[in-house]
Amino acid sequence: MLDWWLPENVSTYGKDIDWLFQLIYYITGATLVLVSVALVAFLWIYRDRPGRRARYTHGSTPLEIAWTVVPALILVLLTALSVPAWSRIKMTQPDTDFVVEVTAKQFNWQITYPGPDGRFGTADDKTLLDEMHVPVNKVVRVVLKSQDVIHSFFVPQFRMKQDVVPGREIAQWFEATKPGKYELPCAELCGFGHSGMKGWVYVHTPADYAKWAAETLTAATPPAGDAPRDEPRREEKAKR
Amino acid sequence: MSVISASAHAHVEHHELGFLRTYVFSTDHKMIGRQFLFLGLMMMILGGALALVIRWQLAWPETPVPGLGLILRETGGILEPSTYNMAFTMHATIMIFFVVMPILAGGFGNFLIPLMIGARDMAFPVLNMLSFWAAFVAGILMLAGFFVPGGHAAAGWTSYAPLASVVEYTGVNWGQNLWLISLFVLGISSMMGSINYITTVINMRAPGMSMFRMPLVIWSLFITAILLLLALPVLTSAAAMMLFDRVLGTSWFRPSGGGEPLLWQHLFWYFGHPEVYILILPAMGIASEILPVFARKPIFGYHAMAFSMIAIAFLSWVVYGHHMFVSGMNPALGMAFTVSTMIIAVPSAIKTFNWLGTLWGGRIRLTVPMLNALAFVSMFVIGGLSGIFMASTPVDIYIQDTYYIVAHIHYVVFGGSIFGAFAAIYYWFPKMFGRMTNRALGHLHFWPTFVFFNMTFFPMHILGIGGHMRRIYNPLQYEFLQPLQWWNVLITIGAIGLGLAQLPFVINFFWSLFAGPRAPLNPWNATTLEWTAPSPPPHLNWGGALPTVYRGPYEYSVPEWAEDFLPQTVPAARAGARRH
Repeated sequence: MLDWWLPENVSTYGKDIDWLFQLIYYITGATLVLVSVALVAFLWIYRDRPGRRARYTHGSTPLEIAWTVVPALILVLLTALSVPAWSRIKMTQPDTDFVVEVTAKQFNWQITYPGPDGRFGTADDKTLLDEMHVPVNKVVRVVLKSQDVIHSFFVPQFRMKQDVVPGREIAQWFEATKPGKYELPCAELCGFGHSGMKGWVYVHTPADYAKWAAETLTAATPPAGDAPRDEPRREEKAKR
Repeated sequence: MSVISASAHAHVEHHELGFLRTYVFSTDHKMIGRQFLFLGLMMMILGGALALVIRWQLAWPETPVPGLGLILRETGGILEPSTYNMAFTMHATIMIFFVVMPILAGGFGNFLIPLMIGARDMAFPVLNMLSFWAAFVAGILMLAGFFVPGGHAAAGWTSYAPLASVVEYTGVNWGQNLWLISLFVLGISSMMGSINYITTVINMRAPGMSMFRMPLVIWSLFITAILLLLALPVLTSAAAMMLFDRVLGTSWFRPSGGGEPLLWQHLFWYFGHPEVYILILPAMGIASEILPVFARKPIFGYHAMAFSMIAIAFLSWVVYGHHMFVSGMNPALGMAFTVSTMIIAVPSAIKTFNWLGTLWGGRIRLTVPMLNALAFVSMFVIGGLSGIFMASTPVDIYIQDTYYIVAHIHYVVFGGSIFGAFAAIYYWFPKMFGRMTNRALGHLHFWPTFVFFNMTFFPMHILGIGGHMRRIYNPLQYEFLQPLQWWNVLITIGAIGLGLAQLPFVINFFWSLFAGPRAPLNPWNATTLEWTAPSPPPHLNWGGALPTVYRGPYEYSVPEWAEDFLPQTVPAARAGARRH
C-alpha cells in the first residue's frame, strides 16, 4: 500500500526497515486521527453556549495512568522490535569475500577493488570514480573512508546510509536482491559541491559481473587517468 | 521579603528615569522583555526572507530569485551553490538563536516571570539588562557575517567539523568565525538570563505562591532556564574550541592533528537536544496557560503537567545521541539512545492527553490566542509522532538527513514554538502594551498561516520518504528525485503564501500598538497574578502591596463561586471553605 512513496527496496535488510516503517506509520497515523478527531469534536461539542458552565475538575488519576501506561507499552514494543533489525544491520558483519573500499572526497566517491590478488594496497588495485559494480545476492562489505570532510554513503533503494568520517574506517554491508542501476548520493552536507556529489551502484547478475570484472578488474591496469568510462558517467557529465 | 520591599522602596525614591534608562538601557524586566520580543520579530523578517530564497531555488532551480538581483548582481539573482548553503545555514541559525529563543525565553520569560509570581522585578535587574545587550551584540556580530569577504557561514546550523573547522573546505573565513564568536557571546547572554530566572523563581515568589501554585508557563520557563544554564555553556565551549581550530591552529576536531570530528557532534548535540526543549517547553507552558482560560476549566492534571516537563528536561540530556545514529558512533550506543528516545515520548503524550482533557467538558471560546494555542497542540502532535520514526534506529538509517527530518523540525519549531509565540503575543499583548489587538486581523493572520503552514511542511514528509536529501542545492541533479519535483513546487507556493500571511500580523501588531483600544485590567477574565496589575504594569508592577496568593492558578468555573473564574488573589474566606 505504501509502495508508491518509499522507493523500491532491493536489499535483504531493507524489508525489515520498511516493515518497521509501516508499523510505526499505522500506529502514529491511528494516533493522529484519534487525537485530531477528539480535538475537533471537543471544540464543537463544548463550544461556548449561553447558560452552560464548564465542568469543574482537576483531572482523573485512572485516566492519566491509562494514557501514561498505554503509550509507554507501545513505545517499549517499538523499541523491542527495532533492536534486532539494528543489531543485524549495523552491529554484525556477515562473512564475505567481497570487499570494496570507498574513499569519499569533495565531491566524488572513489571505489577501490583489490584486484586479482584480493588484497588492498597493492599495485593491482583498481579505482573507479563514482561507480561501483557488485553481483546480485552477494554480501558486499564496503569500507568507508574520507579524505577531507564528513560525507554520507546513501543508497535509497538499499535503505543504506552511513556517514563517512575522516580519520576512521567504517565497515558496512549490504546484499542487493535485484540487478539494476541505483543512485548513490552523498547525504551529509560536504561543501559547495555537495549537491550533485553522487555515483551509481550497478548490481549485475553473476554472469554479467564476472564479465565486467574480467574486462575491468583483471585486465592489465591502464595508465592512471585513462580509466575506461561507460555511458552513465558521460551522460551525467553532460548534464552538470 | 523585607529585603525586597526595602530595595523596592529605594527604587521608588528615584522613579523618574530618562529616555535612555527607560527605553534603551532599562533594568525593568518588562522593558527588557519587550526588547527581546522586538529583537526576535525583526530577525524573523530576515529568517523568513532567507527561507523564501531557499524555497525558490528548490522549486525552480537556478532561475533568478525575484528581487535578489539587487543583492547578487554578478549572477543576476541566481543563487549559486555556496550562496544557497549560506542561505539555509543562516535561516536556521537566525530562526533558532535569534527568533525563537529571544521571543519565548527572552521576551516572555522576562515579561512573565516577575508578573506571574508576584515580584517587583527580577532578582538581578542589571544582569538582566546586560543579558539583553549581550544578545544584541551577538545579533550584530551575526549580521556582520553577511558582509565579510567569503560570505557567511555555510556549513549548516550544526556546523559539523571538519567542514566548518577548516577554512579550505568551504572557502568561508570570517563568516564562520563571526558565527562562532556570535554564538559565544549569545551563550554568555543566555547564562546571565538563566541564572536570573532561576534565582527569581526560587527566591522572589509572592506570599502564598508555593511552587505548586505557580502557573505552568512559569514552570516551563523555570525548567527552560535550568536547561539553558546547563546546555548552552557546552555549545559556548565547543564554539570556542572550533574558533581555536580555525584561527590558532589547534586540532580539537581535525583528524590529521590527532583530533576527532565526532567530538564536535557529541558536544553540539549534547547542547542541541536540550535546545529543542528550550524552544518547545515555553510554548507548552503558554498552551497550558491559554487553554484553561478559554475553556473556562482548570488545567487537567496540573501535577502531571509539571512533572512531565521535569521529566522531559532530565531525559533531554540522555537522548542527544539519536542525532548521531549513522554518524559512525558505536552502534551499541545507538541502541541505548533508542531506549531513552522512546521514553521521552511518554511525557509528551501525557501532556497532549492532558490538553485534550482540559478541553473536555469546557466552555470553549475560539479567540485568536486560543486558536493559536490549539494550533500549537495539534501541530505539536504531528511533530511528536513523526519523531517516533527517527527514534527507531533502523528506520532512522533511511530517513536521517532527508526532508523527513526537515518536516519534523518545522512541525516542532514552527508548528510548536512559533504558534506558541503567536498565541502568547495575542494573549499578553493587552498586558504588555496596554492595548487590545484587532480580532478580525487576528483571524486573517491565523487561518491562512495555519493552512499555508501545513501546505508547506506536510509534503516534506512525503519528500523525505521518497529519499529526498536535505541541504541539496538542486534536486533535479538526481534521477530518483525528478518525479518528486512537483512536491517542491507545491511546497514553495505554500511557503510564499505563509510569508504573505504574516502581513496581517505586522499590520495588527503596529496598528494595535499605537491605536488599539485601551486594554482593561483583565480582558480575558483570567485568574493569574499578572492580570491584577495595571495594563501595562508600571515600574515595579504593583503600586501598593504585593499580591498575596491563596490558591492554584486555574480555578475556573468553581461551583460555589458566582463568576466563572476565581483569581489567585481572592482571600480564602471570601471564596468559601473550598480548598485546593
